[in-house]
Amino acid sequence: MMKSLHIEAAKCTGCLQCEMACSFENYGVFNPAKSRIKVFDFHETGLKVPYTCTQCAEAWCLKACPVDAITKDKSTGAMMVNEATCVGCKVCTIACPFGTINYVADTGKVQKCDLCEGSPACADACPTGAITYIDADSTGIDRMRTWAAKLENQTAGHAD
Amino acid sequence: MAWQRKILRVDLTAGTCTSEALNMDWAMAYLGQRGLATKYFVEEVAPSVEPLSPANKLIFATGPLTGTMASTGGRYSVITKGPLTGAIACSNSGGYWGAELKMAGWDMIILEGRAASPVYLHIENDTATLHDASALWGKTTWDVEPALRKIHQDSQLKISSIGRAGENGVLYAAVINDLHRAAGRSGVGAVMGSKNLKAIAVRGTKGVAGIKDPKAFMKATQAAKAVLAGNGVTGEGLPKFGTQVLMNVINEVGAMPTRNFRDVQFEGAKDISAEAMHAPRETDGKANLVTNQACFGCTIACGRISKLDQTHYTVVNKPEYWAASGGLEYEAAWALGSANGVNDLEALTYANFVCNEDGFDPISFGATVGAVMELYQMGVLTKEQLGIEAPFGSAKALTYFAECTAKGEGFGPEIGLGSKRLTAKYGHPDLSMTVKGQEFPAYDPRGIQGMGLAYATSNRGACHLRGYTVASEILGIPVKTDPLETDGKAGLVKAFQDATAVFDSAGICVFTSFAWTLVDVAPQLEAACEGDWSLDNLNVVGERIWNMERQFNNAAGFTNKDDNLPKRLLTEAAKTGPAKGLVAGLDKMLPEYYAERGWDTEGRPTATTLERLSL
Ligand code: SF4
Ligand code: SF4
Repeated sequence: MMKSLHIEAAKCTGCLQCEMACSFENYGVFNPAKSRIKVFDFHETGLKVPYTCTQCAEAWCLKACPVDAITKDKSTGAMMVNEATCVGCKVCTIACPFGTINYVADTGKVQKCDLCEGSPACADACPTGAITYIDADSTGIDRMRTWAAKLENQTAGHAD
Repeated sequence: MAWQRKILRVDLTAGTCTSEALNMDWAMAYLGQRGLATKYFVEEVAPSVEPLSPANKLIFATGPLTGTMASTGGRYSVITKGPLTGAIACSNSGGYWGAELKMAGWDMIILEGRAASPVYLHIENDTATLHDASALWGKTTWDVEPALRKIHQDSQLKISSIGRAGENGVLYAAVINDLHRAAGRSGVGAVMGSKNLKAIAVRGTKGVAGIKDPKAFMKATQAAKAVLAGNGVTGEGLPKFGTQVLMNVINEVGAMPTRNFRDVQFEGAKDISAEAMHAPRETDGKANLVTNQACFGCTIACGRISKLDQTHYTVVNKPEYWAASGGLEYEAAWALGSANGVNDLEALTYANFVCNEDGFDPISFGATVGAVMELYQMGVLTKEQLGIEAPFGSAKALTYFAECTAKGEGFGPEIGLGSKRLTAKYGHPDLSMTVKGQEFPAYDPRGIQGMGLAYATSNRGACHLRGYTVASEILGIPVKTDPLETDGKAGLVKAFQDATAVFDSAGICVFTSFAWTLVDVAPQLEAACEGDWSLDNLNVVGERIWNMERQFNNAAGFTNKDDNLPKRLLTEAAKTGPAKGLVAGLDKMLPEYYAERGWDTEGRPTATTLERLSL
């Protein structure tokens, strides 16, 4: 089954465990600056929003890369950056409408979320369930369930 | 090792920033943050130093677990000699700033001297520079944060700053980071202001590497997080209700200091409780509470984010207060509310916003207003002096005083002195509910006897965060003791004080101790840091830190006479509730406490004790 990262911003507390888990998984260091998932704190509303690559089915970054350094991983569906091929031209960072692929000055390459070979560290680390890694074809299932439950109450009410 | 092994020393008089190696021998003995920074402080500063003079120093310190995946590993402390108390001061804050400092590659910053004119410190990884802050002076912390991000064109800067209270020498001025997290108590912000230092802006992209045993560390931190998640307080109560979960509980047990400690139960507690924050308002149908929020790395997330009712008298036509911001914690709700008999939730929230905006401690402020209101009721202070009628229960007086204190206008500067100096000035020193000059927090020692001893002996003056026996006496953590009993409390207080010193030195939040004991902390430290962080040694480290602080205070002129409580608590019995008829039984506990600590009858550590603790 193909899975994808599912984000429910309303559950996020802004703890940044996900950012640390990401940097630790990929660089062995606790460093949000190196994280591929970013949590935005909109303090005026109190909203915290985790944001990362959604692995587009037709990925702008992949199409834009002039040296074909970005390929799609068949098992996870993640767009993968092949560091050996990447020339650091940054065209993909321009092409991506969401800003989720970024240049890393230290390496001279770009980085993006690669779904940790099918076991994303951010989802594992998230204490609130704001990030989960679930069936890509039914990411809406919980929301459907919530609304379905309301309907059930109404039906029960009518039956009385 | 989880330390960065690097200190930034800033000489504000000379205008220089230099890097030096962390003293690892001291780190092995004092761990980090509170313990380690206090060690530097007592080695470098004379106990007699005048707190607001250039000779005093100000240390911002992280712990070894700050900036790691240990839950709540985002804390920092500010250490100095406090102007409110004249004792050692150490105030702890969460938010994101502490982790950012660590990510920039520094364990701590030692600030000394005094700048000739206002400056701020900018740190970008290894580079630290002082800049002119004259354009920022007179601005609130809420204005300073966006202003510095704009100046440096860096939206990710984390900022710790003072508001006008710190500039104006409010003796309980706080240091505020991330808009509403505070190193709140003992006036550390006033010391920062006295040094002409407006802010410290940090950007750190180096991260924390070099964990001693990464695999063991991930395992230990995961196990510890599971303990927090599975605990009723840290897993359910705090995320849902915040520390406000305590309001109704403490009121019911008759330990809710009310109207400057005249009463021990507040009839309006339910109106300012966690439940009230969740309930839809009559005016706009929205709840005061918007959401909860975590500090860096925290899997508890007790923080409150609130929005004011736009039609409330405090903020009509003031849209700058309509956005979400830091809501009421229990201590603030108590001090701004029960301590003054005020039950207007929106007024308390507004006063709390103002405390954050201009950087002052809502506990000391609220408790001082309580004394002012009592003096007003007695006719000692008048409407003409105060600028407003100020009977107990007046929300209008409370919010007016908050504004005056923030701006340094009207009667504000007098309230900014704290209740000890203020009540003495007006001839009623007995009405100051303080120990060593610092106002009490939200637990009445007549109803929770152990807290009386904890307040009397706290090294930074009356405080709940130095030995929170409420956990045991009310909540049964780790074992239930009878709150009305004095027996056995000496040992309990000592145990809490020593353990807390370790939590405060590790880089983690003391609220974890609702669920964790040192048994949960030790494996995380052992995996992260070189050195001996076994349970046995942590107990010694905690006790060592406590005694080091005590010795500083003793050398600064404090004696056993200062381990005392105000007359009211010792002679006026609780009028209602389970503690009805009781006074604080300090005299029964104090001698036993000295003995437990290995101190002489004057409260001085004996030679044997000092030797045992390698002091
Ligand atoms: S770990 Fe989860 S709750 Fe914490 S910041 Fe990330 S998404 Fe939010
Ligand atoms: S428990 Fe509360 S104060 Fe402590 S770190 Fe977590 S959110 Fe911050």
